[in-house]
Amino acid sequence: MSGNDDMKVNRVTGTGVPLRGDDIDTDQIIPARFLKSTTWEGLDEYAFYDARRDEEGNLNDHPFNEYRGANILVVNENFGCGSSREHAPRALRRWGVEAIVGESFAEIFADNCKSLGMPAAVADADVVESLQDFVEADPSAGIELDVENERLVYDGEEVDVDIDESMRQALVKGIWDTVALLRSNMDAIDETAASLPYVDER
Amino acid sequence: MSSGTLYDKVWDRHKVGELPNGQDQLFVGLHLIHEVTSPQPFSELRERGIEVPYPERNVATVDHIVPTRSEGRDRPLEDEAAEGMLTALERNTAESGITFYGLDSDKQGIAHVVAPELGLTQPGMTVVCGDSHTATHGAFGAFAMGIGTSQVRDVLASQTIAADKADVRRVEVSGTLGDGVYSKDVILKIIRDLGVDGGVGYVYEYGGSAIEQLDMEGRLAVCNMSIEGGARAGYINPDETTYEFLRGREYVPEGEAFEERKEYWESIRTDPDAEYDDVVEIDADDLEPMVTWGTNPGQAVGVGEPVPAPADLPEDERDAARNAQAHTGVTPGETMEGYDVDVAFIGTCTNGRVSDFREAAAVVEGRQVADGVRALAVPGSMTVKEKLEADGVDEIFEDAGFEWREAGCSMCLAMNDDSLHGDERCASSSNRNYIGRQGSKDGRTILMSPAMVAAAAVEGAVTDVRDFDGVGGGR
Ligand code: SF4
Repeated sequence: MSGNDDMKVNRVTGTGVPLRGDDIDTDQIIPARFLKSTTWEGLDEYAFYDARRDEEGNLNDHPFNEYRGANILVVNENFGCGSSREHAPRALRRWGVEAIVGESFAEIFADNCKSLGMPAAVADADVVESLQDFVEADPSAGIELDVENERLVYDGEEVDVDIDESMRQALVKGIWDTVALLRSNMDAIDETAASLPYVDER
Repeated sequence: MSSGTLYDKVWDRHKVGELPNGQDQLFVGLHLIHEVTSPQPFSELRERGIEVPYPERNVATVDHIVPTRSEGRDRPLEDEAAEGMLTALERNTAESGITFYGLDSDKQGIAHVVAPELGLTQPGMTVVCGDSHTATHGAFGAFAMGIGTSQVRDVLASQTIAADKADVRRVEVSGTLGDGVYSKDVILKIIRDLGVDGGVGYVYEYGGSAIEQLDMEGRLAVCNMSIEGGARAGYINPDETTYEFLRGREYVPEGEAFEERKEYWESIRTDPDAEYDDVVEIDADDLEPMVTWGTNPGQAVGVGEPVPAPADLPEDERDAARNAQAHTGVTPGETMEGYDVDVAFIGTCTNGRVSDFREAAAVVEGRQVADGVRALAVPGSMTVKEKLEADGVDEIFEDAGFEWREAGCSMCLAMNDDSLHGDERCASSSNRNYIGRQGSKDGRTILMSPAMVAAAAVEGAVTDVRDFDGVGGGR
């Protein structure tokens, strides 16, 4: 069996959203009071909910307000640390993030990104800094993350990035989404079910 | 690697194939759903436009968040978050064509109590639920384990999970249980001896004379606490006790079909020449009623045995023991007998079944709950409640001063309004004595059998149930 072609994430192209700062934890990404919800719906509105607002509750100039429509998030060190909540990468994803480039990522956060098919690529501090400058200078400038070859293209340059091998494999083979993976065997599933004495014929 | 065990056979029968990531894909024979871990998975399926392919192999109930006072069960529930979860489950199951035993059903209850009593759980099945105590169902000779929220989604979407095979350890319990000694004592002893993480990486196969003598409800209590011993699953090979229990239950076939089904059940029993990855032996002949003195289920002693001094324990357990004793306020060198209790709680998926309440009722009958003790009897399901009420067992409890409640998880984890307050000490028939588990960060839980809880309730202190007349046991 091979992965589903539609699920393969070989490259992500688009524009960037620069988010400066080290140790941005999942509580900032999505405050705990929004975890009570019984659905994933509406999570995009909760991404950086507090950071995006001023004291009166009005939207401020946070990058998640200013860079709507961008899809490559550029962060610094230890992004996604803190609680393991799966809601964090989901909120980013729903806001529109399709890939993250950063100096480093918290392990569980990176794992959660993987299960959403969202690459988390590690780049040197000076690369991240120059990329953030580049995006701020021209928000509409194109960026390309080549997942398969672990390369980042921007400003006419190509630099190396590092993607965890199991994440890279899962993305390029299109096997990160367990739902799709499991459902691709529906015929075999039905066969197994039919062979079980306690499953009624259907 | 094990071979020829029930676990191996059930695994093979349910294996759909190998996944490119190296894991096996397993068909799920029974998926139990409750309100806490299912809302997001259903929501994700809806967004992706995926329909549940095998709705008839999924059954839902509501247990964790439900109020257990009858007047608190009117809709909408007072707690908005609880109401939200319940409403979501009603909608999700209705839209997917999944049977739901809700608050308006006389079969509602804790998933791990409801499925066995309806005959949903059967030998040779794979059973999963987004709840760690799913191991309970292994009592029937099923492979049953708890799964995470994303796996709940996987099961709803495909009726399968991606899984890695574990090793099998045979836990051979020899001997005969004496009066006043129950299956709860057996499993507390196993966890004490093998450690709370002794089972990591293993599935436990419980066997031996002391296990075979247990009735189904006793077996359920043993398998229930596999997870407290670190094992993700535990099971007991099915035998005549299992088959007789199943006969006539709602989801079990009758007549000819029953006999055919039984052939399958027999065929998945562990072979006489099966190979295990590990075997341990435990002698139950001199087993006493067990009580915990600490803040994990392995920190347990016989009721007549002194609480160990941290310095006498293996080095890696000393710090934990010191912290635990600081929290529970027990003195090493003394037995647990005589420690006052403020609360007595009988119920849960470990010990909230008919025979548990009968054993406890035999102790409280004609006696009174001690002054100042709050005593709660919370049946594990509405079916359990109804059966007991038909025999007047509710009156025995109420006459003694117990509160007689509706079914739910209740004070096991205090997600509803049943909770310990301050540093109350609670004699509890539940499965976890972790700090904060029963709703108060200073609360102190002592795990024990339901009969022992009943004895503690009338005595106002931890006491040896064997000193009471009319005590049963051996189950
Ligand atoms: S009774 Fe306790 S352990 Fe059992 S399912 Fe409910 S909360 Fe979990």
